[in-house]
Amino acid sequence: MSKVIKGPVYVVKDNIDTDQIIPAQYLNLIPTIEDEYEKLGSYAMCGLPDSLYPERYVEEGKVDSQYPIVVAGRNFGCGSSREHAPIAMGSADCQLVLAESFARIFFRNCVATGELYPCECTDRLCDVLKNGDVVTVDLDACTVTVDETGKTYSFKPLGDVRSVVDAGGLFNYARQNNMISA
Amino acid sequence: MTLTEKILARAAGKAQVQAGDNVWVKADTLMTHDVCGPGTIGVFKREFGEDAKVWDKERIVIIPDHYIFTADSRSNRNVDILREFVKQQDIKYFYDVIDDPDGKWVFNPDQGLLKKQYGSNYAGVCHTALAHRGHTRPGEVLFGTDSHTCMAGAFNQFATGIGNTDAGFVMGTGKLLIKVPETMHFRLEGEMQPGVMAKDIILHIIGEIGFDGATYRAMQFDGPGANSLTVDDRMTIANMAIEAGGKNGIFEFDEKTRAYVDHRTSMNGTRPNYDPVERDANETFVSELVVDLSKLEPTIACHPDPGNRKLAKEMSDLVLDRAYIGSCTGGKTSDFLAFAQVIKGKSVVIDTFGVPATPEIVNDLKTTEWDGKSVWDILSDAGVQMTENAGCSACLGGPVDTFGRMNKPMKCISATNRNFPGRMGHKESQVFLASPATVAASALTGKVTDPREYWS
Repeated sequence: MSKVIKGPVYVVKDNIDTDQIIPAQYLNLIPTIEDEYEKLGSYAMCGLPDSLYPERYVEEGKVDSQYPIVVAGRNFGCGSSREHAPIAMGSADCQLVLAESFARIFFRNCVATGELYPCECTDRLCDVLKNGDVVTVDLDACTVTVDETGKTYSFKPLGDVRSVVDAGGLFNYARQNNMISA
Repeated sequence: MTLTEKILARAAGKAQVQAGDNVWVKADTLMTHDVCGPGTIGVFKREFGEDAKVWDKERIVIIPDHYIFTADSRSNRNVDILREFVKQQDIKYFYDVIDDPDGKWVFNPDQGLLKKQYGSNYAGVCHTALAHRGHTRPGEVLFGTDSHTCMAGAFNQFATGIGNTDAGFVMGTGKLLIKVPETMHFRLEGEMQPGVMAKDIILHIIGEIGFDGATYRAMQFDGPGANSLTVDDRMTIANMAIEAGGKNGIFEFDEKTRAYVDHRTSMNGTRPNYDPVERDANETFVSELVVDLSKLEPTIACHPDPGNRKLAKEMSDLVLDRAYIGSCTGGKTSDFLAFAQVIKGKSVVIDTFGVPATPEIVNDLKTTEWDGKSVWDILSDAGVQMTENAGCSACLGGPVDTFGRMNKPMKCISATNRNFPGRMGHKESQVFLASPATVAASALTGKVTDPREYWS
């Protein structure tokens, strides 16, 4: 994956739990089966209430989102341990979530699966940005620049987590580093 | 060291660990279910090979419980995937829905949702079943592919929820790299007043620290108030550590823990030996909160998050569409007895659903009699729709034909543990979390109601 990710953002607020990321009724899909993985992507973030989020993350009838970056408030990914959540987002072509903070299991599942970079930004970007704003995220410099205004914000370095996501998840990383046999 | 640090140090083979250390720990038990089990098995096979063997066939416990009583064919298939894997691997503890090891699970909707459709091995909701079937042990490490795995902290165990990939790793190696969490200290003092339940304690605490107040942290509950609680009460509290973002919740070991665990391991023939951890003189906590249980009142967590706290008596204007009692948190025998104490001899005025967590609880309610009538019948006669099909049911929504699921926007008061938007079905529906007693009183009036108005 490239070290610079550029694209339009999809913006959500605080406490987006795993039910809103992937509603429980779709947990009958098994992420390790290819066409079910794809289907999970089509439902990514579809549990967000329409009254608060009238625009869907993935358009009806599509399997991928036009938004490679999700911007969120506090406690993104709280709730259940379902790995279907980061997987649905990754399957929908999301590459990165920029949140004020993450829930523990979701953060870990992002890393273990290698589906997403979970980046923590102390600035409350979800109050600054709106759907469709284009940003450039530099994972090496740990900065996000808003194209229109040129304003740059920084986020916390990912540390050791970066290389695990780069490798495509826990198992790939462990193999590449001879921690488990290939 | 704190209780959590002591267990993790032991599991890591170290004399000492401290918060922030990343350590490889040995798993004593790995639990998975029908929703995350097939994906975990998929990861295990993809990464270790089709013919690979699990690290220890006696330490993996597989409990189908989530999407069982549904005509959804993928959900039925997922139970079959578990059965196939158990056969291949000769896994010892599998609580199948059906008795035939070569059979296929097909739910028959024509028989309705209330009459039992499971065989003799089925165990119900995984967290309750782990305890009932003798798989929770003091001083040990339990990983489970479910966020409410933390419930086993009631038994002085380090227990936490993990994803499929981590679970696949544990399945193959018996180990996991984890960060030692900081510990928050909750000292409970005093005893609860009549009409107040363990659920009120944990809703109070989450309201105090916030829905993410325990993120990446352990929650240690001790003090004389904790010792006064029953094992069921401790399970209710530990279960909801995750609703404040906690990695685990944990209680001290005492005679109540010993009696419960020894009874359950001997009854089920599971491994009887264990080694509890005790409190050190020098524990480092990241925060301290003293909770006087005698001051607590019936509490509600309002839509849309578990930290959105109010008192039941402040909410009496809120009109409800339905009431629900069930789940790992709120579907135990003691929960139903408190619920029935309020309901007895009266009638509910809104749709009210009762889902016992396990078949054993169904049996308890049918065999416990008050004035010559079973608690089950007392509830049914009051208008509560009681199902024998123990399981997770509508606590997490599930497939659209799930018993008690909200398929349109409505307001429900529920003894379950989570109330983010859409949790129990329709994404515009609202869930208000409360104790079984408060759910019962509210079912009688159709509005949020303080159960002390009915408590005898």
